[in-house]
Amino acid sequence: MFLLDQNEFFIDPARCIGCQACVQACSECDTHKGHAMIHLEYVDRGQSTQTVPVVCMHCESPTCAEVCPADAIKKTEDGVVQSARKPRCVACNNCVLACPFGVPKMITDFELMMKCDLCYDRTSAGKKPMCATVCPSGALFYGPRPEIDQLRPRSKPMNQFQFGRQTITTKVHMMAPTGPVKAQYLDVTEVMNENGPRQRIALDILSNLYASEDGV
Amino acid sequence: MSKEKLKANIWAFVVTAILARLITLGSGNLDRFDAALVPYTFATLFAVFGITRRYALWLHRPPTAMYWTRGWKVFLLLLHPRHVGSNAILFLRRLIAHYAFNDFIWRRGRMRWLAHWCIMWGCVIAVAITIPLVCGWIDFRSEADNLEWYRVLVFGYPTVAFPIRSLVGFLTFHGLVWSSFLVIFGVLLALRRRLSDHGAAALQQFGEDLLPLFLLFAISVTGLMLTASYTWMKGYGYDFLAILHAITVIFTLLWLPFGKFFHIFQRSATVGVAFYQDVGKQGEQAKCRRCGNEFASRMHVEDLITVEKQLGYRYEMPDSPVEHYQWICPRCRRALLGLAQGVLWNESQAQG
Repeated sequence: MFLLDQNEFFIDPARCIGCQACVQACSECDTHKGHAMIHLEYVDRGQSTQTVPVVCMHCESPTCAEVCPADAIKKTEDGVVQSARKPRCVACNNCVLACPFGVPKMITDFELMMKCDLCYDRTSAGKKPMCATVCPSGALFYGPRPEIDQLRPRSKPMNQFQFGRQTITTKVHMMAPTGPVKAQYLDVTEVMNENGPRQRIALDILSNLYASEDGV
Repeated sequence: MSKEKLKANIWAFVVTAILARLITLGSGNLDRFDAALVPYTFATLFAVFGITRRYALWLHRPPTAMYWTRGWKVFLLLLHPRHVGSNAILFLRRLIAHYAFNDFIWRRGRMRWLAHWCIMWGCVIAVAITIPLVCGWIDFRSEADNLEWYRVLVFGYPTVAFPIRSLVGFLTFHGLVWSSFLVIFGVLLALRRRLSDHGAAALQQFGEDLLPLFLLFAISVTGLMLTASYTWMKGYGYDFLAILHAITVIFTLLWLPFGKFFHIFQRSATVGVAFYQDVGKQGEQAKCRRCGNEFASRMHVEDLITVEKQLGYRYEMPDSPVEHYQWICPRCRRALLGLAQGVLWNESQAQG
């Protein structure tokens, strides 16, 4: 049995299969009932099937909170950046535009910013966040460090991200390869001109299949 | 003391001094001032000092200062003779929908709305009655020729008169009773949600979320007990209840600049933000420098870049045509995260 504060969140987009289970489970969370806060993003829909699940990274110095004119976004003592406090949020969209990870969502009807809060009702009680509970491929993992080290010997957790000249340190970790690559941080802006891996899906894949069968 | 704090203190002192002067003016140099209300008056003055100080410090934060400056510029644009009529109607419509009806809370949840609406209107009615009394701006005097009639003096000037024993008199003199009923009902609804909702229970804090409800409940109940004491119990325990009621009110007044109560003053920004967004939509739009899609107003993005620089963030990308990470739309930011990790794995595999 691990202590609560030994549990950490690890995301590994390379393992994501785009099944949407996390999106469905996220909307079950009691702190944002009916609204999925996780983003399941296609990296390049036209070129690739690659998907990336994006949860709040819970930055040490959260840009969303700093740019909030109403001082509505607070961080708990255990480092979880919360959704905007309902009485204070003025729906200005600053946080949505400023977050380097593109996480906060503006719920226009409610005039309220909502975001992933690490399922605080669950994690503060020692449970896993909804998304990590249902993820079948381990792209979203919540647990103690020794466990992930044991499960993923070829990966190492990384929690520093580079955006231009700005380095952001986060509470949530991303899995990076061990071995030859010695990057201390993930340079997000360096891949600005990259596209998704070329895995173009041939639309005539079935006809090709049948053609080969006919040939046999 | 920092420059900002000094400025905030000066603002707070000036506003408090203006209120103090208004009290002496409105009460005819304290001639019409009710001495029994002195503790409330001083608590009000302290509250005004605290609220103004916190408001001034809040306005000094870079993102708030940006909206404050932009808000006034947008306001001047709205006053353009060609649009002033339609803008005034829109302003009034938003004011009524937002403040009087709390339409946005209605959409968040019906019970939440009912609780907030009752608490809000209860407090508004109570403040509208008590502040003019506490400051000596309003006074009730018997008519010289008919002691059964009261005349209302506002800032010493005689206004309407009404019979004491009438429906108008009954409703007026029990205004605080009606507001107490509204507040108690709203507080009970809010507490019910806070005690039964798992999400709310996980996120709520005592000072921020529960204490304000307890304070409002305490004020309302002790106020009602005062009425019950002098109406049906021949003033039994009145002195004790009066002190207890004063303690709850004074503590609440002093707590106004802190915690949840301060949102009463902060939310005025929503109207300015709405007009800022209107003006932004009509102007040039920012296009994502990766995907080319419009994602916000150019004014908003440029303002954010300024604010981020003021806050010490360095999202500049000097060696790239993108120039600043703020020019990338949120969707592309999420995609880039996956791409960046993928590139690391590709490099790892390539290097063996």
